[in-house]
Amino acid sequence: MSNKDKNDNNLANTRRSFMKKSATAGIIAASSAPTFFMKNAFAADGSFRNMPGMGKSIKLGFNVPQSGAYADEGADELRAYKLAVKHLNGEGDGGLMNTMKPLSLKGNGILGKKVEYVTGDTQTKSDAARASAKRMIEKDGALMITGGSSSGVAVAVQSLCQEMGIIFMSGLTHSNDTTGKDKRRYGFRHFFNAKMSGSALGPVLKEEMGTERQAYHLTADYTWGWTQEESIKETTEALGWKTTATVKTPVGAGDFSQYITPILNSGADTLILNHYGKDMINSLTQAVQFGLRDKQVNGKNFEIIVPLYSRLMAQGAGENLKGILGTTNWNWALTDAGSMAFVKSFGAEYGFPPSQAAHTCYVQTLLYANACEMAGTFYPPAVIKALEGFKFDGMGNGETEYRAEDHQCFKNVLVVRGNQNPTSQFDLLEIVKEVPRSQVEYDASIFGGELGPYKV
Amino acid sequence: MMKLTLKNNLFVMLIFSVVVLTAPIWLSPIGANYPDLLQKFAIFGIFAIGFNILFGLTGYLSFGHATFLGIGSYSAVWCFKLFSMNVLPGIVMGTVIAGIFAFLIGYVSLRRSGIYFSILTLAFAQMSYSLAYSVLTPITNGETGLQLSSEDPRYLDALFSVEVTEGLPSTNLFGQLMSGYPGFYFCATLLIIGFYISLKIFRSPFGLKLRAIKSNQTRMRYTGFNTRPYLLTAFIISGMYAGLAGSLMAVTDPLAGAERMQWTASGEVVLMTILGGSGTLLGPLFGVTIIKYFENIFSAMNTSTLNEFFSFLPEFLQSIMVSISQHFVGEGWHLTLGALFMLVVIFLPGGVMEGVTLINKHVRLKLGLRYDDPSVAQSEPSGIEAAPASLTDSQKEEKK
Repeated sequence: MSNKDKNDNNLANTRRSFMKKSATAGIIAASSAPTFFMKNAFAADGSFRNMPGMGKSIKLGFNVPQSGAYADEGADELRAYKLAVKHLNGEGDGGLMNTMKPLSLKGNGILGKKVEYVTGDTQTKSDAARASAKRMIEKDGALMITGGSSSGVAVAVQSLCQEMGIIFMSGLTHSNDTTGKDKRRYGFRHFFNAKMSGSALGPVLKEEMGTERQAYHLTADYTWGWTQEESIKETTEALGWKTTATVKTPVGAGDFSQYITPILNSGADTLILNHYGKDMINSLTQAVQFGLRDKQVNGKNFEIIVPLYSRLMAQGAGENLKGILGTTNWNWALTDAGSMAFVKSFGAEYGFPPSQAAHTCYVQTLLYANACEMAGTFYPPAVIKALEGFKFDGMGNGETEYRAEDHQCFKNVLVVRGNQNPTSQFDLLEIVKEVPRSQVEYDASIFGGELGPYKV
Repeated sequence: MMKLTLKNNLFVMLIFSVVVLTAPIWLSPIGANYPDLLQKFAIFGIFAIGFNILFGLTGYLSFGHATFLGIGSYSAVWCFKLFSMNVLPGIVMGTVIAGIFAFLIGYVSLRRSGIYFSILTLAFAQMSYSLAYSVLTPITNGETGLQLSSEDPRYLDALFSVEVTEGLPSTNLFGQLMSGYPGFYFCATLLIIGFYISLKIFRSPFGLKLRAIKSNQTRMRYTGFNTRPYLLTAFIISGMYAGLAGSLMAVTDPLAGAERMQWTASGEVVLMTILGGSGTLLGPLFGVTIIKYFENIFSAMNTSTLNEFFSFLPEFLQSIMVSISQHFVGEGWHLTLGALFMLVVIFLPGGVMEGVTLINKHVRLKLGLRYDDPSVAQSEPSGIEAAPASLTDSQKEEKK
């Protein structure tokens, strides 16, 4: 063996042993990492993740879509959050804190600590939303995460928050799964859901369109679209309608013409658009351009239904939305004290009325703050217990209850129609009926799923 | 005798390991030392290192590498669902299945080179994305993303009667949970191993052949050399790196979504590699750090952070600075990244690594030290700075 070969052998040996060493070093480093980063958010001494301690302020994390198909909703949500923070800290006119009953908030922050906030962009993608939620929890020390304008994102972030032991107050999410099969102990939803939309729409549809219709569904291909299609189908089939076809469309497709052409020859006389945000604006506009609404099928006028409506979408769809039926969680034209107070302070701040997304996000923030005050601590299990079964009023939807079994709020649902003669650029939805809470209630066990533990 | 230079693998690996494992410490001044971002650095580091083996060495620009990232994630999550929450089977399965797909896609795509190869890989990637997004919904759960559920069978865990916790189980390495810092150290260890393999490839005859393909494939063929098996091997290796990165994403956060396979994700790794310096060992890692830092930190800045940052200035200057710079942070982070990318490409075509080399040279000349210019034929091309300029330089090494 030459000298050089020996050297090479030596080198190979050291390399090998070096690899071993570095691997061992890695494992040792991993196992000796500080224990407070372990899964258990709660240590034995009653401390919990991101515990505010003696600090003078606490942070809330606002995770909203700032880009993508739901960006309009996200922008409005963020406005509402900023307004809520102002009101919680005792600035501004107090908004809904003047009308909420029962109220434990004092206008000096939460439990005497000033409220600050951090923001993140969900991009309406589960991955991005979880990454920004993690950043807010791990880096910024957010005590609560809220926001989102997509059920896919809400479900993903909610399960992350459960793992991390951080309360998640979901924003705009309408899928049955959020408080159904994917419900979590740490997730709370104020917004209504597809099942409630179906129950509210049913009687109105019967009255206006009769019992013999052929429905054609175009459905956004993710958890919200699926459950809405299911719930609306259930309702319409109970009325005696037939379902011609259900077609899934990708989110953010932009061009829906390839999905609309087949409807013309399908024999259907009703189109149900399970779309939201810019998707709904595009698909509805294209459906109208294809002349669907001027058609007569089976001796009836062709009708379009948009089960989930929002004013922001109505603004985008313009003329095309006139006369089209749907449901909404809340509308700024409501005349109860809570709604009026909220519209007034939002309008004073930003110069235009809030959307339903803004409303639900604002209310969620106040509800979380109020629950902390009620519990007298930020300790998540105590806050969760304060929220579970909490009954309140004066927040714009009449008497409302956070059902303990699935963390879903139960309240009145609005059936609306695109306004035929709008008096202003915001007066786009006409309230057809305020469906009472009792009519939209359902058994919590029908969707399955488990809330999971209080302590994680 | 072993000399402590960058040509010595052991020395390089030692420095590299120390730098990676101490990342939580030296990243803290710039606010990047939280587990999620650290994990991203390590995971995308693996992804970019693997991509660089293909693009940096052979010059074949794959525009669909995110496919393998996605496949790795889906495989790992399915492994968690079906077999065990232990991460080892998951990452092995993710890497192997990504390798199989890389073989299939590479076998077809590598029949063409240049722009046609890029378009082919892009087409495959878009196909996989659409499949995952809507057609294969039962396997991928579409846009909602594949998630764990408490009803999953987990046959292996059941076999070894692993204790069932209340709520969803977490990914673990023989009991050590894989979220937070332990997750980062696990990814970092794999990054170090991945870097070592890449270093060996760069400095091996195989790596040399790949470089020869980049420099003149036609000439290589004329000499009777069949290049395709080498290309395919490089493609599979780099696909497996991507699969490993994808499965690590699932390890640190057990959820897989189709958006991981979108063309923007494929484009991101190309940007990372070019920004850092393609064909260099460390370049892609610089690219990863810069892009992920921008994505996570710059995108989260708002006017109040800026006000704080500029608070040392007089008030009127502060408000001017804030009003100018607010367009470059928050939602505008893409703008900053774009500007940075342009600057790098215009002034440092070799990426950040070229800048590092220039500074290194400058400092050494100033200090009167000997400087080994990697572009001038020396005893051995180091490979850590830049790819050898010509084939003849490298051939010298092979003859030795």
